[in-house]
Amino acid sequence: MFPLIAENLVVEFNGKHILGPIDLTVNKGDISLILGPNGSGKTTLLKSLHGIMKLKRGSIKWSCSNNSSMKKQMFVFQTPIMLRRSVFENLTYPLLLRKVSNSKAHRLATEWVEKIGLKEIMHISATRLSGGEKQKLALARALIIEPEMLFLDEPSASLDGKTTVEIENLLKSCTKNGTTIMMSTHDIGQAKRLAKNILFLNKGILESNQLTETFFLEPTSPNAQKFITGEIVE
Amino acid sequence: MNDIWYGILQAFQLIYTLDQDLIDISVRSLKVTLSALVISSLFALPLAAVLAVKRFKFRRFIIALLNALMGLPPVVVGLIVYILLSRSGPFGVLDLLYTTAAMVIAQIVIITPLITSIAHQSLRELWSEYHDLLISMNTSHIQRIKTLLWDARRALLTASLAGFGRAIGEVGAIMIVGGNIDNATRVLTTAIALETSKGDFALALALGFVLILIAIALNLATHWLSKTEREGRW
Ligand SMILES: Nc1ncnc2c1ncn2[C@@H]1O[C@H](COP(=O)(O)OP(=O)(O)O)[C@@H](O)[C@H]1O
Ligand SMILES: [Mg+2]
Repeated sequence: MFPLIAENLVVEFNGKHILGPIDLTVNKGDISLILGPNGSGKTTLLKSLHGIMKLKRGSIKWSCSNNSSMKKQMFVFQTPIMLRRSVFENLTYPLLLRKVSNSKAHRLATEWVEKIGLKEIMHISATRLSGGEKQKLALARALIIEPEMLFLDEPSASLDGKTTVEIENLLKSCTKNGTTIMMSTHDIGQAKRLAKNILFLNKGILESNQLTETFFLEPTSPNAQKFITGEIVE
Repeated sequence: MNDIWYGILQAFQLIYTLDQDLIDISVRSLKVTLSALVISSLFALPLAAVLAVKRFKFRRFIIALLNALMGLPPVVVGLIVYILLSRSGPFGVLDLLYTTAAMVIAQIVIITPLITSIAHQSLRELWSEYHDLLISMNTSHIQRIKTLLWDARRALLTASLAGFGRAIGEVGAIMIVGGNIDNATRVLTTAIALETSKGDFALALALGFVLILIAIALNLATHWLSKTEREGRW
């Protein structure tokens, strides 16, 4: 299904320009992190690439049909959306949507609930979990279908260090299985730890798109330079 | 005053000795209303889900119509159903007037808008919570509707219970279309009206107690449902 090619992406809300124009290619195995100040359009870019945002102009093309690409990509929202079901049933949900057999769904959910350390409470309603537990569950619910492409919107904003490490470890192990990742973060350290490439977004414009090492040494955008050193980007 | 005390005493005696008339009327009432409830829910709940999930041409019109129907006085519903079912009416050949079937129909007309409307409220709320997730998971309309109906099941049961309460306590419409015929179409409310006008307070009060018991049971059920909802059980 790769590469994903976005051309001339432009998003507007009620006539107000929010994003673009952006040209971008995502290749299989990429781990791209989107950095940028609040309101720079990170969420909008992720949702656009995922195909759930109305574009003003431009196109997003996978090298397979839209319908089959939709089945192989998952999105983890910044505020995790929990189904009002048990932890366990949240995990089986995407599998059952894909007509995976009950027994296989059951087996996979049992594995995953253990992996994210929620086995003890797998029968309680997911809506009662803490923020960090919800985020882990949302990630597991995305990874359980072994997606080819995973989008994450600031998955560890407002999480403690321990949960952040757990989430990053899950991400590292899924990239080993070939999952391509595109994620936004406000955490420069996280970008250094995970990213192969970094996209720097400012006021809806993709100001730089570089390999991680070169980005931190010589960012192509002066605003990115400021952002790295912790200055305020205006 | 003495008459009333005597009536109350006799009423308890009727209940205590499980008076045959009392039992027959109560059972008939429950049968009619439960039939109306089941049939109405089968329409109302899926309709409410479709209204929540799909944006189609007559959606706003249907919602407005339901609200208007909800405000229709039950007696008027009775009158309309009477005209439709009467000998010279369009459905006269079915010969349903003065049967429990006619009463079921009238009750369906009365409670369907109510159940749809309450269910729609909850489902709309749940849909706004689930919207992004279910869109992102590329669900079909049917899958969305099924998910909403299942995850809102307690709220939907509460909506149905509200419909049940309205139907079991209704008197005008079923009096008109049922005729309050002894051993055939006489139910709790119409029997109370009749016995009171005859001055037989004993049976009227006994029937009244049964209605009150049903109302209390409904309240307890609704209360229990909202408790399990908050605690996230079943
Ligand atoms: N639904 C919306 N309607 C109008 N404006 C929006 C909406 N969502 C986001 N925006 C605006 O779009 C810009 C980019 O938002 P977003 O993509 O959420 O940025 P980020 O995720 O980088 O913080 C912001 O200026 C925000 O105010
Ligand atoms: Mg954001």
